Amino acid sequence: MIADENLLELARDWKQSGRKVALATVVSTWGSSPRPAGSQLVVDETGAMMGSVSGGCIEGAVVREAMDVMQGAPPKLLDFGVTNEQAWEVGLACGGKVEVWVEAVE
Amino acid sequence: MKLSLLEKLEAARKQKRQVCLVRLLAQGGVEALVVDGAQADGPPLADDVLEAARAALREDRSRTVETSAGRAFLQVFNPPLRMIIVGAVHITQSLAPMAELAGYEVTVVDPRRAFATDARFPNTKVSQDWPDEALEALAPDRRTAVVALVHDPKLDDPALDVALRSEAFYIAALGSRKNAAARQERLQALGHDPATTARVRGPAGLPIGAVSPAEIAISVLAECTRVLRQGH
Repeated sequence: MIADENLLELARDWKQSGRKVALATVVSTWGSSPRPAGSQLVVDETGAMMGSVSGGCIEGAVVREAMDVMQGAPPKLLDFGVTNEQAWEVGLACGGKVEVWVEAVE
Repeated sequence: MKLSLLEKLEAARKQKRQVCLVRLLAQGGVEALVVDGAQADGPPLADDVLEAARAALREDRSRTVETSAGRAFLQVFNPPLRMIIVGAVHITQSLAPMAELAGYEVTVVDPRRAFATDARFPNTKVSQDWPDEALEALAPDRRTAVVALVHDPKLDDPALDVALRSEAFYIAALGSRKNAAARQERLQALGHDPATTARVRGPAGLPIGAVSPAEIAISVLAECTRVLRQGH
């Protein structure tokens, strides 16, 4: 377990040690969602991750997008929610909505 | 996010400054830093964006807002909350660990050596300085709560005197309503006007019928939480 406030420090350390790093951040939520705005997930090129942007239900999808941005894709805003079929696939079972910003650390 | 910006953000946090990372989502995530209310990095922000960042810092809540620059995500990194408890008394033995669980950095102030012992407070920072000196050294800011639990004006009042001259968001003291009224008068005699002394909440805590020291600690921490989150 690593405290949320230390995730950026971790992202910095990973980047400084030469790894490819992406950062996912919850930027807005509606209804019941497990993690508040500002919650973060740090991912490296091997798929190693720390932190969380949900109770575990959308992390898989977020990590796939994180891989894309750290390979050079532009930052993107992901939208998960009950109206989004993908959200059901990835299992946002709490019935809320969450937007996640995914960006590379460059 | 640029590594250089991340390094600046971490440096400011290490200095316990109030940092807001602004991401202009409508502009591909352009990033800027606002530190202690002023812009510290990134392209110049519009006034309304800067004002929204200051509000997010004040309320200690990250959020997305609509601005003249489109949607912007404001991510808040505030230094830890602090609680200064005057009096290493029985209630303090419950309140200190509860406040620590709730995320506060706790300091217990009590010059009476029999009370302020490591055995009674094994995991909490204890100051044996006189309360006014201790409070001045700790310099309460607007993310600090000050709770006086001694019951003895000789120790409580000097601490409250310093607290009232600070921006501490929560100031409270234990004691009956009669004692609380007498305290208001004593603090006014020290030169504070009635509007200022009214900042001291007394009797401390929400009226939940608390009896045991742990229950009283719950009521104090609950009131402190309400003031922090709801402002009243």
